[in-house]
Amino acid sequence: MHATVSSNAPTTARAEEAARNARDTRNDRLFGGLLKTCALIVLVSLVGAAASTLWLGRDAFATFGWGFLTSSAWDPTNNQYGALVPVMGTVTTALIALIFAVPVSFGIALFLTEIAPNWLRGPVSSAIELLAGIPSIIYGMWGLFIFAPFVATYIKPWLMNNLSADPPDGKISWLVQHVPFIAKFFSSEYPFFGAGVLTAGLVLAIMIIPFISSVMREVFQTVPTRLKESAYALGSSTWEVVWDIVVPYTRTAVIGGIFLGLGRALGETMAVAFVLGNTFKFTPSILETGSSIASTIANQFGEAEGLQKSALMAIAFLLFVVTFIVLTIARLMLRRLASKEGS
Amino acid sequence: MFTRKLRIAALVAASLFGMSAQATDITGAGSSFVYPVLSKWSATYAEKTGNKLNYQSVGSGAGIAQIKEGTIDFGASDAPMSAEDLAKFGLGQFPAVVGGIVPIVNLQGVAAGQLKLDGALLADIYLGKIARWSDPRIAALNPGVKIPDVKVTVVHRSDGSGTSFNFTNYLSKVSPEWASKVKFGTAVEWPAGVGGKGNEGVSQYVRQIPGSIGYVEYAYAKKNAISYTQLQNAAGKWIEPSAVTFAAAASTADWKSAKDFNLIMTNAPGDQAWPITATTWIIMYKKSKNASHTKVAFDFFKWSMENGQSQAASLDYVALPDTLVKQIEAYWAAEYKN
Amino acid sequence: MSASLYTTRRIKNIVAMILSVVATGIGLLFLAWILWETLSQGIAGLKPALFTKITAYREEGGLANAMVGSLILNVIGILIATPIGVMAGTWLAEYSRRSKLGPTIRFLNDILLSAPSIVLGLFVYTIVVLPSKWLTNGDVTFSGIAGGIALALIALPVIVRTTDEMLRLVPGTLREAALSLGVPQWKLTVQILIRAARSGIVTGVLLALARISGETAPLLFTAFGNNFMTFNPIDKMPSLPQVIYEYTKDPSPDINTLAWAGAFVLTMFVLALSLVARFVFSRSKVSHD
Repeated sequence: MHATVSSNAPTTARAEEAARNARDTRNDRLFGGLLKTCALIVLVSLVGAAASTLWLGRDAFATFGWGFLTSSAWDPTNNQYGALVPVMGTVTTALIALIFAVPVSFGIALFLTEIAPNWLRGPVSSAIELLAGIPSIIYGMWGLFIFAPFVATYIKPWLMNNLSADPPDGKISWLVQHVPFIAKFFSSEYPFFGAGVLTAGLVLAIMIIPFISSVMREVFQTVPTRLKESAYALGSSTWEVVWDIVVPYTRTAVIGGIFLGLGRALGETMAVAFVLGNTFKFTPSILETGSSIASTIANQFGEAEGLQKSALMAIAFLLFVVTFIVLTIARLMLRRLASKEGS
Repeated sequence: MFTRKLRIAALVAASLFGMSAQATDITGAGSSFVYPVLSKWSATYAEKTGNKLNYQSVGSGAGIAQIKEGTIDFGASDAPMSAEDLAKFGLGQFPAVVGGIVPIVNLQGVAAGQLKLDGALLADIYLGKIARWSDPRIAALNPGVKIPDVKVTVVHRSDGSGTSFNFTNYLSKVSPEWASKVKFGTAVEWPAGVGGKGNEGVSQYVRQIPGSIGYVEYAYAKKNAISYTQLQNAAGKWIEPSAVTFAAAASTADWKSAKDFNLIMTNAPGDQAWPITATTWIIMYKKSKNASHTKVAFDFFKWSMENGQSQAASLDYVALPDTLVKQIEAYWAAEYKN
Repeated sequence: MSASLYTTRRIKNIVAMILSVVATGIGLLFLAWILWETLSQGIAGLKPALFTKITAYREEGGLANAMVGSLILNVIGILIATPIGVMAGTWLAEYSRRSKLGPTIRFLNDILLSAPSIVLGLFVYTIVVLPSKWLTNGDVTFSGIAGGIALALIALPVIVRTTDEMLRLVPGTLREAALSLGVPQWKLTVQILIRAARSGIVTGVLLALARISGETAPLLFTAFGNNFMTFNPIDKMPSLPQVIYEYTKDPSPDINTLAWAGAFVLTMFVLALSLVARFVFSRSKVSHD
């Protein structure tokens, strides 16, 4: 056996190589197929979940038609439902959350990758990630018992004194007198009541900070040291290195992290349900109570029957649509940004 | 053929995981109102008999949906099912335990049980028609009580709940305007006020807002020392909420003429009856798909009605009055025949 | 002029550094605030019975069955979501370049991230709970496995997103070097790329785990809950978040205390897990140079 092999060594080696190549090709194809199957599972789960909400919500869509989107009614005893207020509440709270969470997360990631001494990085990043591990019901309880009263005592009266047409201290501020419409966004029927759109947005911001900052930190670390060191060698400050080298290098991944946070903010249920107030009055004010899609479902699903249940599933489907639109807008903005930079 | 094989395979898999050992584990789901007392009873019952009863509060509506789907052995609902609905699905229902719902207020200087309200006034407050606590109608009912002149803030439940169901049911019985405008249900379109999630949300908001009024389960108000009010009942008497007045409502309600116990106890006629008294109905199949489970479930409820009073009382529920227990046992004998 | 430019740059830098420290401070402040609140409200409930007794006994009981149930549910969820999520993320980053499907799936994955968890729970109810009821004649309905699958659906998009991002940041030079040595692509992916991106992928899995360990809504109609102890994955399975949720609604202040204590234990559990995982995986950090 051994002899024959060695006498034909060149041919066998070539044959072996061919066989190995064939095997590698086959393995590659199998491996690729396996990965693709997993990717398709993602596709199937989303399509399945979305389709099931559409199916279960078909009665509501059929009953109210397009009016479902523009009506602010939510009246279970007379079976009148509209999605306007929950959709608005979902978008506004998520937007407020992003406005606060993105800069804070960026600051945290910057601190953890460029400023903090090495021994501090591990503990601090674990601590920030721990914010993601707190159950959302605890955010809700903390929001209800601690944070909403805090907002009612310190933040809301100050905002209303400076920005509303009906301030608790009675003095209408310069800003309100000179900027049209601004007062509409900061009016409130209950000045000393803490729950509302702003409070919910702030609680959401705290909840999504760990998601955004962890991804930012992780991707900032992947920037090749030699890139950064060349910039430092040319005399750049830490801030310039981060803003001109690190951020452009990691931009798409940073956006990915922000989407991760945005996704959580749009779909969060329990934390929002406790601090949003859950009223169905249409108002542009962020100091008023409102409702969101996820909190409405959580609040009413257990007791709902018939058309009400269908309406709840219909707004769940609309959450998929809202997310789709938000992400599409974000994508278009990114593309414009990219083409501007290219030119 | 294929499906049969699949079923056998599934059964084999099930038995491998030791399903047979749990033949007498029974499952219920629904109202959150009865969750504390059912889990307390189930622990004692499991120690006595070894049979485990697993109850989870998913909400009354969901409990009814699950019993119709056949994924659980019994459902529990804060609103009774109609006779037609019961007949359509072959279900029967009976009350399990009684409790009360109380208005709570945050008025400086007004002690628990000091403020008096009648039904029509309570309804007008919730309709948003009473702006301040200095309103003459409130003063007329409360001579001698020093009520601060503050704005009235109405607090209601923001989630769907049996508490809201019974509270709004009471308001529609005492106020024609409420009955025509708002109606009653587990969730309604509230004409005024702010919404709190759960008893804890409502009581928290009432605590935070001076001049606010809300409503919670009696157990919640009592255990957390929140200031409740007196109400005038259907007989015109001023009543304080307590186990005695809840029991009075349960025993004076007209159960005899209510088919399938389809009767909402609010505004009960008795002299001592607390007007917002409520019960939760247990819903089970008349012809069970699993006889051994049903047998254990009946044994459990029979045991709880005979031996569960002290545990129920420690959680501020009231056990069913004897006359009602007899009626339920007669109902079981007549309707549940296997 | 150049001196003033230098000063502006320096001031800008200092301001940015200060703001970054402040941002970290804000994050840590809220963490401390919330943890302090759970601890101070729950400290009376942190006694041995919490870990040894079951929920059926209410205030005389503990949360032992819920802790065991949560552990089983999370393990099932992560065991399902991690391989699928990492492989799907790998496909998106390494294989989908010429395919239109890639961007579509990436986009859908982002939508899945925001799906309200109760909806995913109802979806699993339809595709797992009802069929298993039908297949076993009602013996198996709600189960730990169904709960685990619901949690996996929530963890999946988080893992896919992070794996995808992390792999795409591995420098192309690594791929080129390996391919020029004749390494087949699957070997390149498994032995080089995933290893290079390992710490990032682990972060993603940890975030996913942190997220699912606090979920209540998707478990109601899948795992259902159980007031008694069970180790059987096809039995109805309790979980800590669900019990915490139930206990915060309870009239009795003693029970509310148990809820806060449970929340504290849950948070510490997530912290411990995160520290262990970081310790295990941090040793083989691959340089990106």
